Amino acid sequence: MRVTQGTFSFLPDLTDQQIRAQIEYCLGNGWAVSVEYTDDAHPRNIYWDMYGAPMFDIRDAAGVMAEVDACRKTFPQHYIKVNAFDSTHGWESLKLSFIVNRPANEPGFALDRQEAAGRMIRYTTRPYATGRPEGERY
Amino acid sequence: MTQERAIPATESTPLDLDAIYRESRLPEALEALDRDLVGLAPVKRRVSEIAALLIVEKLRRSIGMQAEPPPLHMSFTGNPGTGKTTVAMRMAAILHGLGYVRKGQLVAVTREDLVGQFIGHTAPKTKEVLKRAMGGVLFIDEAYYLYRPENERDYGQESIEILLQVMENQRDDLVVIFAGYKDRMDTFFASNPGMASRVAHHVDFPDYGEDELFAIAEVMLERMQYTLSADAAAALREYIALRKAQPHFANARSIRNALDRARLRQANRLVAQRGTPLSRAALSEIEAADIRASRVFNAAVAS
Repeated sequence: MRVTQGTFSFLPDLTDQQIRAQIEYCLGNGWAVSVEYTDDAHPRNIYWDMYGAPMFDIRDAAGVMAEVDACRKTFPQHYIKVNAFDSTHGWESLKLSFIVNRPANEPGFALDRQEAAGRMIRYTTRPYATGRPEGERY
Repeated sequence: MTQERAIPATESTPLDLDAIYRESRLPEALEALDRDLVGLAPVKRRVSEIAALLIVEKLRRSIGMQAEPPPLHMSFTGNPGTGKTTVAMRMAAILHGLGYVRKGQLVAVTREDLVGQFIGHTAPKTKEVLKRAMGGVLFIDEAYYLYRPENERDYGQESIEILLQVMENQRDDLVVIFAGYKDRMDTFFASNPGMASRVAHHVDFPDYGEDELFAIAEVMLERMQYTLSADAAAALREYIALRKAQPHFANARSIRNALDRARLRQANRLVAQRGTPLSRAALSEIEAADIRASRVFNAAVAS
């Protein structure tokens, strides 16, 4: 099952040229771009790992693309996303975040039911992949 | 984001070199270079030669004659204060105007910005700088410090290797300009043949003559909104002749420092005279005494 989170996630995977154009747009707006990766893509997992520090004084997308490529080389079977942070007063939050790399095989999520007091049922989703330890999941 | 337009051209179609020339904002850039920089005739000639090459190359590319980008990495050699950084900035603007670099920023660095303190520190540091310079011009001042043959464990070599790789593989993304003293840069290139073969343009910056230095001083004063009295002008000419003969003379930079110190003395003089009415002209005029108080004159008397 294809993980859909972040911008463009219902579109086919972006090509490098499209990623570059998106980064160019972010830099044009003065946003700080950063690269993050994880192998636990649960939708409620907001703590992805940073690949290097956010890049604050980059002028051209080529610099960020180098970082994205380096991250892909290190973690070919991880989810990798590119974030753009807007530091404008009042915003101070991510303006854009999209996935640029995903594992070849995404097994998807299990739905667990827990029978609680009375006839109440609690539901939880659990990625099949997280059954294995970090780094061996995909 | 390439600007190349496919112009369907047959053998006989006249090509519009003039349009590209005007579009590139090159005439303005060259004129600004000529106007803002005193002297440096050989440098200006070299810059316009390089610009001509780039324009023709661009036209050739636009009709699909040869897609290989021309080699753009340069080396600027000359003594301190001869305008290497300033010309590099103009070069970045020219390259940007012609579309050879996408953003046109100039990132000026020295050895400290590229080379790390311990094993494994150099590569990330150099890559960080390269990332910032992508789409623009990387200006490496005193580049010969990167290579220290006397210490074989020096991390400079690692930085040079990363630079070489990027210079070769990402020619579209950035242009590298090396700068430094002529003789030491020659040694640097001689001991790094890989580097020498990738640097296409060598520009040598001559020292300024006394008249040129005086003209530079005038331009600087005008920008700072100061004027020289007639006596002060004579004193400054004398000062330049004396200073030039002394060690550690750094051309335009020495002149700038001398003027800054003259401003300091002028301000002191004005404060000391407070109580007397002060005219607008007096506030901007530098007197001969402000210049003659310099240590340079004393040294000349002493020796």
